[in-house]
Amino acid sequence: MQSDLATNNKQKNNFEKVLEILKTMALKPSGFIGLSILIFHILLALMSPYIAPYDYKAISPNTMLLAPSAEHWFGTDSLGRDVFTRTILGGRTALTVTFFGSLIALLWGGLLGIFCGLVGGKIDDVVMRVVDAFLSIPWILAMLLIVSLLGTSTQVLIPALGFFYGKGIVRVARAATHDVIAKDFIVSARARGHSNMSIIWNEIIPNVRDAILVEGAMRWSWMLLGFSSLSFLGFGVSPPTPDWGLMISNARGLMSFAYWSVIAPIVGLSSLIIGINLTADAFAKALGIDRSTKAPV
Amino acid sequence: MLLLILKRIGLGLITLFIVSLITFVGVEVLPGDACTTYLEREAYGPALDACIKRLGLDIPSYQRYLDWAANVVRGDFGYSLSGEMPINEVLGPRVKNSLVLASVSILIGIPLAIVLGIITALWRDKLPDIIISTITIFSMTIPEFISATLLILIVAIWLGWLPGIVIIPSDATFYELLSNIILPVVAISMIMTAHMARMVRSSVIQVMASDYVQMAILKGVPYWKMVFRHVLPNALLPAINVVALTIAWLLGGVVVTEVVFNYPGLGRLVIESISNRDLPVVQALAIILASIYVGINLIADLMTLMLNPRLKSLQIKK
Repeated sequence: MQSDLATNNKQKNNFEKVLEILKTMALKPSGFIGLSILIFHILLALMSPYIAPYDYKAISPNTMLLAPSAEHWFGTDSLGRDVFTRTILGGRTALTVTFFGSLIALLWGGLLGIFCGLVGGKIDDVVMRVVDAFLSIPWILAMLLIVSLLGTSTQVLIPALGFFYGKGIVRVARAATHDVIAKDFIVSARARGHSNMSIIWNEIIPNVRDAILVEGAMRWSWMLLGFSSLSFLGFGVSPPTPDWGLMISNARGLMSFAYWSVIAPIVGLSSLIIGINLTADAFAKALGIDRSTKAPV
Repeated sequence: MLLLILKRIGLGLITLFIVSLITFVGVEVLPGDACTTYLEREAYGPALDACIKRLGLDIPSYQRYLDWAANVVRGDFGYSLSGEMPINEVLGPRVKNSLVLASVSILIGIPLAIVLGIITALWRDKLPDIIISTITIFSMTIPEFISATLLILIVAIWLGWLPGIVIIPSDATFYELLSNIILPVVAISMIMTAHMARMVRSSVIQVMASDYVQMAILKGVPYWKMVFRHVLPNALLPAINVVALTIAWLLGGVVVTEVVFNYPGLGRLVIESISNRDLPVVQALAIILASIYVGINLIADLMTLMLNPRLKSLQIKK
């Protein structure tokens, strides 16, 4: 009974904390804009299958390259598909892939970083060397290699993106762990005879969580950039999946005539990336973490 | 000091060694080898045998790695599968073209970034800062392929000022290159400048708030003298490292930009060799791009060391 009450209280506190952070973020103009854009995109992605006016893969020679009109709000592309339908469904692809990718990146990057920071010594040295080496392979080359050897399905793309964008989180988590590891409460937990697992779970994670989450939020926008670049180059999701990068690369050749089919996905992708970026910045500021001097590695 | 420099060079070499292992093991572990991947459906009979013989896939893999690594150290990357010529001959002109593109972008980008960064920091939260900062945030968040596509759409198609794509052979002369690279340079230096200007801005703001600058203000040092004598030298120093990381990070973006503008550089070679499933070239590119990354970082570390006497006695841990 007692412990029930305690956990209940803790959960409520967490919920209140989240609300408070959201409020701090929304009170700044840039945070408000970022949150609004992000929420708009998420709602649109959730509702898009129900509000899409046409079938996203319906090809028709009669409706090729039509200019925007009442029937086709954003016009049609070179295969006669409705650009509005494909644009709103494109957000669904982008958000799903990058959200799960970021989750994987946060999990493995955060845990490995905390582990290295805690254990230190030889293991830490070796792991950080390998992470450094991975960091120095341009992401695009590594991703292209994996995707070209394993295929371009979302089952390959999500773990591959998660893996490559997680290596930077390892460093952040490790540095944050280093900052707390010498503090008294860790020393006393050790003195109480707690295991490494218990120290990680109860002492370190609550203290490094903020830093890792902020890093993850930033990485979400870089991952979206990477994912759409891959699609643009023809190594992302395969057609006819509605995807912004793919739409831009397909419509690019005809943009001197049918500029609408390239503008719509550009607006969609740019606004989502800017939304995530502003939100991540506001999130960092609300948590009191300064990342203005960090390089995008 | 000398020891520290040697140690940094050593760490860079170890990193490159691990990169070479990763690319080699990666290709070994992932399904298919260089020959079956390249030949695809024709991977049987004499064609496969000949390919295996040529690449020496019939000898044990550790032996093959050692041979390959020894050749790479000597500057020989082996044979390209698709072009059937030495990889060095494929790489040569591409490296030159990318170097021209990158150095012109950097030469424009760095001074511009420093000026913009200083302006935004000195007029912090005033109109110049708000305008420039909004533009920089936009240009650094939007993917390279979007800004490049928009540049082509607006400058080349709607205004008709410049050609939209580069149509030159990979062995074009320097002058042919220069007249064709305006739009690619704008696309790359826009993003690079934005990143670096943000770094310079926050660095200058930090230094402006420091005690010695406050002291200089109280002593009555003239404003501009204070900016140039006290603020800038201290603010630009920490920015060097970040600038290096940014340049190295942009290698990936250069690949995309080269593809959009059809520019015959290393970036397009990455895409071409992967589309052709030419794994030996991909391995060579991985090593070269990683060396550039490690090299830029090393130079930045050394420059920071040289310029900052306080760091000489310290061990720099990143």
